[in-house]
Amino acid sequence: MSEKANEGYRRWQCIVCGFVYDEAAGLPEEGIAPGTRWEDIPDDWACPDCGVAKADFEMVEIAAER
Amino acid sequence: MAREPIVILGTGLAGYNTARELRRLEAGKRLALTLVTRDDGRFYSKPDLSVALARGKAPDEIPLADAGEMAAQLDATILTHAPVARIDRAARKVVLEDGRGLAYGRVVLALGAEPVRPPLAGDAAGEVLSVNDLDGYRRFRERLDGHERVAILGAGLIGCEFANDLAATGHRVTVADPAPWPLARFLPEAAGRRLERELAALGVTWRFGVTAERVDRVDGALALRLSDGSTIAADVALSAVGLRPRTALAAEAGLATGRGILVDRLLRTSDPAIHALGDCAEVLPEGAPGEPGREGLVLPFVMPLVQGARALARTLAGEPTPVRYPAMPVAVKTPAHPVVVAPPAPGAEGAWEVAEDEGGVRALFRAPDGRLLGFALTGAHVKERPALARELPPLLP
Repeated sequence: MSEKANEGYRRWQCIVCGFVYDEAAGLPEEGIAPGTRWEDIPDDWACPDCGVAKADFEMVEIAAER
Repeated sequence: MAREPIVILGTGLAGYNTARELRRLEAGKRLALTLVTRDDGRFYSKPDLSVALARGKAPDEIPLADAGEMAAQLDATILTHAPVARIDRAARKVVLEDGRGLAYGRVVLALGAEPVRPPLAGDAAGEVLSVNDLDGYRRFRERLDGHERVAILGAGLIGCEFANDLAATGHRVTVADPAPWPLARFLPEAAGRRLERELAALGVTWRFGVTAERVDRVDGALALRLSDGSTIAADVALSAVGLRPRTALAAEAGLATGRGILVDRLLRTSDPAIHALGDCAEVLPEGAPGEPGREGLVLPFVMPLVQGARALARTLAGEPTPVRYPAMPVAVKTPAHPVVVAPPAPGAEGAWEVAEDEGGVRALFRAPDGRLLGFALTGAHVKERPALARELPPLLP
């Protein structure tokens, strides 16, 4: 992936359980390819950790985990 | 549709999620709603407390909204710093400690669970903290400020998550537990041992097969005396030995309780005007609360309460909806070596098949006929969760 394509990828955090969706990484194990934008994830998708709806996520900036 | 208010006791994830789900429903939008909390009513994700240090978050940066914002968002009245004294079922009133009475149509008990306090002797036993909410977490962080050595009692979910977060941010952590390996209630030995090694590599010191007996203040530090006679020296001590559903308010109101507040699949207590969900509830797969000999599910995790809130909102809005539990793997927030576990049902017949490689452990619990009944995945293998979870039977169909 080029630097350019990497620009502007966001991370979204489940407001209920704290699960983070990283657009750059996607969720390949759930069939969501790396680079998939939040808008392109189906509305009936649910948080893998706690099962809340997509509507219960919000965009957040999170420092890298060590 | 009844116009009487719904009164939700508790503004943790269970209380706020129920309110949120209710407001998503057409019929739920019209109901009068009051939430009551003994704290300040800020909305936050409790699992976030376990990863806040590594994410560089101060306690006050964790909440996503304050009580005023939540009240506006939910079109609800939120009473903060308002501990409840009792429920007067005959008068259909929740009575607050300050004497106010709240008339209700229905009550939702979203009271959570109380940390179990281990019996400890010693002059500093009272300095052992437990973290069960944002206020407790703030006290922990204040005490931690500038200190390095942390002793954790309990190698369960919270103990392991805090150990990871603290060790990853330069603290010296010692964890003591009577079990032989971490998360011993959930994980087969190989998976537990792997987590033990990976967190040890991060700097965590483990003390298994011991309980703490006394805590004293010696030369300005805490000395935790263990059952084998040895001592842990620490600046801060945290107890994470378990949770007990809060049942007292319900029991005093004459509702049926077991380990938790007993509810049926509609999350109704033995009084059909009073519901309960989340960490305080014990959900009966069949039968009704109050019937002798019934035992249910006490699942103090986020996914069960999300399922509960969704079903209960529909029931409150006039469409009785039994709670359904799919298979609900629990993710342990140990970023140094993540773990996902779907424990087999208690007493399930079968055996663990364990495989381990450099990435982690993959343990599958299979019935004699080969059906998958549970799994434990660590490290790189957590990626297999979605595929394996689809194979698991639902907990409550």
